[in-house]
Amino acid sequence: MNLSVDFAGLSLKNPILTASGTFGYGQEFARFGDLASLGGIVVKGLSLKPRAGNPMPRIAETSSGMLNAIGIQNMGAERFLAERLPRLPWKEVPILANLYACDTGEYAELAALLAAQEGVAALEVNISCPNVAAGGALFGADPRAAAKVTEAVAKNAGDKPVMVKLSPNVTDITEIARAAVDAGAHALSLINTLTGMAVDARTRRPRLANVVGGLSGPAIKPVALRCVWQVCRAVPVPVMGMGGITSAEDVLEFILVGASAVQVGTANFFRPDFSFRLVEELPILMQKWGIGSLEEYRGSLKP
Amino acid sequence: MGFMQDNACQDIKVLTVERFGKAPGGGPAVVELAVENPGWAVRPGQFAMLRPRDWGAADLMWARPFSIYRADAQAVRFLVAVVGRGTDRLAGLAPGDSATMWGPLGTFFAKEAEHPTLMIGGGIGIAPFTAYIESHPRSDLLRLVFGHTLPIAAYPWPALAAGVAAEEFHEQGREDLARFIALLEARMAELPAEGLVLACGPLPMLKTVKDLALKAGVRCQLSLENRMACGVGACLGCVCRTAQDELVQVCTRGPVFWAQDVDLGGEVRK
Repeated sequence: MNLSVDFAGLSLKNPILTASGTFGYGQEFARFGDLASLGGIVVKGLSLKPRAGNPMPRIAETSSGMLNAIGIQNMGAERFLAERLPRLPWKEVPILANLYACDTGEYAELAALLAAQEGVAALEVNISCPNVAAGGALFGADPRAAAKVTEAVAKNAGDKPVMVKLSPNVTDITEIARAAVDAGAHALSLINTLTGMAVDARTRRPRLANVVGGLSGPAIKPVALRCVWQVCRAVPVPVMGMGGITSAEDVLEFILVGASAVQVGTANFFRPDFSFRLVEELPILMQKWGIGSLEEYRGSLKP
Repeated sequence: MGFMQDNACQDIKVLTVERFGKAPGGGPAVVELAVENPGWAVRPGQFAMLRPRDWGAADLMWARPFSIYRADAQAVRFLVAVVGRGTDRLAGLAPGDSATMWGPLGTFFAKEAEHPTLMIGGGIGIAPFTAYIESHPRSDLLRLVFGHTLPIAAYPWPALAAGVAAEEFHEQGREDLARFIALLEARMAELPAEGLVLACGPLPMLKTVKDLALKAGVRCQLSLENRMACGVGACLGCVCRTAQDELVQVCTRGPVFWAQDVDLGGEVRK
């Protein structure tokens, strides 16, 4: 079965990508499956300078999900390009660089640096990380700021597609989506984590040192589906859906409400071979349900 | 593309479940879980991520990290202390049930045929030392100290102590703590300068062991047990601070560290 997707100019061999922050720099998972079998790999959020991230504890298991407040700990874009990108099979599978910065100037500089690399297929702009004090979600919650960041990245991305990653922690996600598209985004990805909190009633302490964190996992799938459905109806660009995918059926649900491709996130923690298995399971389920092509199925939600 | 290891993540069958002691809720305090060995070669000190194939109600998500207690051609064995919802459900597995497991993961203990080695296990931190003892070429150079707060019946003590000079210390109240520390100090003082200390257990114990080893002037390795989601270096939830002030993953850069390479204060909150 042909599962290939043309996504904003990227040729994906299937619609299953791995979400930033859940798949390391890619190589961590090479012993659990063939990286080149994936639709694409979105690497851990990169900043211009290395970032240490937030204090411990940074993760907590919650009902059907988890909270994290990592704070974009990363080795910095330059070290990633020098040490990690060459070890990825970028000729066989698109590598999407997720970028994070504190101001538009930094976003522009980072975009230029990453887009110039042959091994980077596209840029995913993180304007929605809830775990950092500056930048991140602040840009994602204000349409004008989102537009400014998008414009800065798009101007410096050369011929590489620019995908903006949206936050669900806003009143109207379509407003931010439109602002990003009007400012030059070629695609959108959503949703990032929902802001949440967990506390220990006995010790009276928060379960995360950062107190609040981002909720992910199956618990957020209904919110994610709603957001993807709304955004797909609001903008003409392709959308990559994510939020709580743990099965091939979940993949189809996102495509049914309009997504062109999906990202698998927290489920990579449930078992490290998860995304590789999903790539094998999707065509089996489609065959079973008589779905001939993703194209025909996409956005076919009945009233 | 790195190396592909077909058996790195596997769905395997539970072979046996042996129960020890009593938890306040009535269940066992500790279980020895034996699962099929998918062909792993394990180095003592390494760990695996383990979960039932399905958690059932699906409210739990993560696998849990456990030191490998023993491994042979047939089985990989874990000692699991029942401390919460996840370990409670793992303890409820029955022979024939499916589990998902990935590993072997992380670093391992130094093994030195020529130097006396003192192993210190705190509570369920005793687990990795059985494999260590069994694979060591000179068990006459080994000594094991086991500190525990649960009654000794909660552990397979005869198996843990087999073939090696071993002593156990039941810490029943705060007043016993000083005596336990004195015992550790005395055992370290018996080591020659080139002696080696290995420790696995709760963080406060590891801090004490590190201080004592520094004072005694002997080398020391510590096995850390930070909370983990993925076990493969991706989630960055388990990081600890190094002496160089870097945050590194305990799952891939550890769990076994040379004591002088990690900073156990500050960042890691109890």
